[in-house]
Amino acid sequence: MRSKRFGIALAAAQMVALAATAGFAATGGAFAKDSLTMGVGLEPPHLDPTAGAAAAIDEIVYANLFEGLTRIDRNGAVQPGLAESWTISDDRLTYTFTLRDGVTFHDGASFDSSDVKFSLDRARAETSTNAQKGLFEGIASVEAPDPKTVIVTLKQPEGNFLWNMGWGDAVMVDPASAESNNTNPVGTGPFKLARWTKGDSVMLTRRDDYWGKAPALKSVTFKFIPDASAQVAALLAGDVDAMPNMGAPETLAQFEADPRFEVVVGTTEGETLLVLNQRRDLFKDPKVRRAIAHAIDKQAIVDGAMFGFGTPIGSHFAPHNPAYLDLTGVAPYDPEKAKSLLAEAGHADGLKLVMKLPPPSYARRGGEIIAAQLRAVGIETELVNVEWGQWLSDVFKGDHDFDLTIVSHTEPLDIGIYARPDYYFGYHSDAFNAVMDEIRDTADEAKRTKLYQKAQTILAEDTANVFLFQLAKTGVRAAKLDGLWENAPIQANDVTGVHWRK
Amino acid sequence: MLSYLAHRAFNLAAALLAASLLVFVILSVLPGDPAEIMLGVGATPESLAALRAELGLNESAVIRYFDWIGGVLHGDFGQSMTYGVPVAELVLERLQVTVPLAIIAFLMAVAVALPFGVFAAVNRNRPGDYLVMGFSQLGLAVPNFWFGILLILIFAVQLHWFQAGGFAPWADGWGPALKSLLLPAVALALSEAAILSRVVRSATLDVYREDYVRTARAKGLSKPAVLFRHVLRNMLLPVVTIMGLQFAFLIAGAVVVENVFYLPGLGRLILQAIFQRDLVVVQNIILLLAGLVVLVNFIVDLAYALIDPRPHGEAHR
Repeated sequence: MRSKRFGIALAAAQMVALAATAGFAATGGAFAKDSLTMGVGLEPPHLDPTAGAAAAIDEIVYANLFEGLTRIDRNGAVQPGLAESWTISDDRLTYTFTLRDGVTFHDGASFDSSDVKFSLDRARAETSTNAQKGLFEGIASVEAPDPKTVIVTLKQPEGNFLWNMGWGDAVMVDPASAESNNTNPVGTGPFKLARWTKGDSVMLTRRDDYWGKAPALKSVTFKFIPDASAQVAALLAGDVDAMPNMGAPETLAQFEADPRFEVVVGTTEGETLLVLNQRRDLFKDPKVRRAIAHAIDKQAIVDGAMFGFGTPIGSHFAPHNPAYLDLTGVAPYDPEKAKSLLAEAGHADGLKLVMKLPPPSYARRGGEIIAAQLRAVGIETELVNVEWGQWLSDVFKGDHDFDLTIVSHTEPLDIGIYARPDYYFGYHSDAFNAVMDEIRDTADEAKRTKLYQKAQTILAEDTANVFLFQLAKTGVRAAKLDGLWENAPIQANDVTGVHWRK
Repeated sequence: MLSYLAHRAFNLAAALLAASLLVFVILSVLPGDPAEIMLGVGATPESLAALRAELGLNESAVIRYFDWIGGVLHGDFGQSMTYGVPVAELVLERLQVTVPLAIIAFLMAVAVALPFGVFAAVNRNRPGDYLVMGFSQLGLAVPNFWFGILLILIFAVQLHWFQAGGFAPWADGWGPALKSLLLPAVALALSEAAILSRVVRSATLDVYREDYVRTARAKGLSKPAVLFRHVLRNMLLPVVTIMGLQFAFLIAGAVVVENVFYLPGLGRLILQAIFQRDLVVVQNIILLLAGLVVLVNFIVDLAYALIDPRPHGEAHR
């Protein structure tokens, strides 16, 4: 008896489902396409880019919901944002920004210089929880003499100031809504939040009163799909139109063969490193560091761990940057040389090291390949898998309890981390620090390029770490979709220029 | 009966208290600082300190434990550290996916397992029995995430009858929501149906061997009459026990299936919360799951009382 009743309930559920299917089929192709559904791997914890490091936040809100004084374009160049122009004083300490006319927030509030002052002062305040507080540390004062003008005075000249103001962490917010931006983001961008179905998707819709050029898309939905095989299925089933970062590189081949899709391989700011903990006496010896660099075949790691996606690098700099210098020849793959250097350093009978690996596949898979390559020169490595939380407290902070770790440093133009005295690498070079100071004090682009190249060379020759490869951005999108960023100079999915081809 | 109920309720409370303590201790010794995870590698020590103070991480563990339990007793589960919204709100949203998913999968499993299990028992050692048991063996052997992927490939990628995953909120109507739960429920139900049909079969066979069944047959009752009047009711006791265990397992087991179908359920939430070290969320969800298991066991006990009307009080002291 009981089973019969259950059977009826089930049949009813199935009939409802079938009816719904029919409904979908009927409306499917009826209207022209001005909406986009994009898959992203991680759901942001909240939507306030000024309070939290999660890249997942910027991947939804940057340029779409929130804008800054400047913006970084698809090529990584600084463009005017909410400031339409600026002048820089001769001593390079004072920046005078002229703001755009007719800019309003999503809630109708107008945007003027007092919002800029509020946003910057809030980000650099003592109680600020901005994840990139360092971007604002050089600011001495922010003044708003009239509604259209902002004057920012720096403590010392800073070559990257305009670039820094283009980061997602430096976007402009309204005093009235700043504290509730985490759940109800109110920015100046061309899209506004329509709905956030927690755990499933965020939907943005185009606003009518945007100050600039209106985007072609009426609405954009970001769907959260963490599982790599679910991402493939969602693309194949047509649930999502694009997946800007595929979770697993091995899945790309099947899309390359499919005319409905286009595979786009771009570059990112992610320098993937084998970090050598130079707080350990062993790695204070440059011979040992160089020996490890010689023991590693970078291309084999790119092929084995990333299925060929990625570019081997020789220093801490992104290959797409104009100031990039190819230094992969400084410490080429040469196991014999590695062995002899180890013997010279007094480790002829081998070494035992601990390598801590965070969750991404480049680290877990790369770690196994590196362990095999190190074994070939007599170094035994114990692989320890850790979660991000544990990596942060054990490796990055705290006691720095590790010998080796693999991690991709995804912040743009972050070579300066080698000058930080308390950084987890434990690296220190007076020569390098001097170059970084010079860069800070130099405005001339050609000179800056030379200095950046000098900095790269110092790191390569010191073997400050083993520089493995530049992480690739491996995306898949519908063949008729145009305007998505191919490269990722910053972590963003700027959809303001995206449209469907007929 | 009343003292029996009081006794069970006391056990329930004790189990929950033990669970809460265990969860809290385990989470306290887990490495990883929520503030560090939220602010990432670029954070300055000052912003970290500011966030830690904001999250109340500077209090001692004992104070944090009693704050939590005190709050729970008043119905206040605290705020999620990463999402910044009340945990109760977060969990309620997710339960709207996981609980219906588990219920649908459970109903499916029961609807399949009861008739087929009884059918196999009645046709013991005949081709029908072998067929049913063969399928059940297969259902046990297939992992549910793999079966889920297979369902997606057939019904979403090839036939386009269903979406490959995701969830249409209930607010948009029952149809789309139920539809998005159907494939995951099938994936989840398969192994449960397989287990349950085996239990039903052996429980039915056990009852057939009882003296009273032989007596019933001897006094001339027809086979179907014996089945419906004597066998089914008595066979239900062990079956209900397993069903109770299975329902609790379904809620927890939904984690894997929710990932395959990217459903915004409790499983996904707890995974995300663990990785983010959102301790408040993890604590409360685990407590909730423990509570659910205890509650289901309690309901199973009550169901015994209905199926088997003999008195319980003494036996359970």
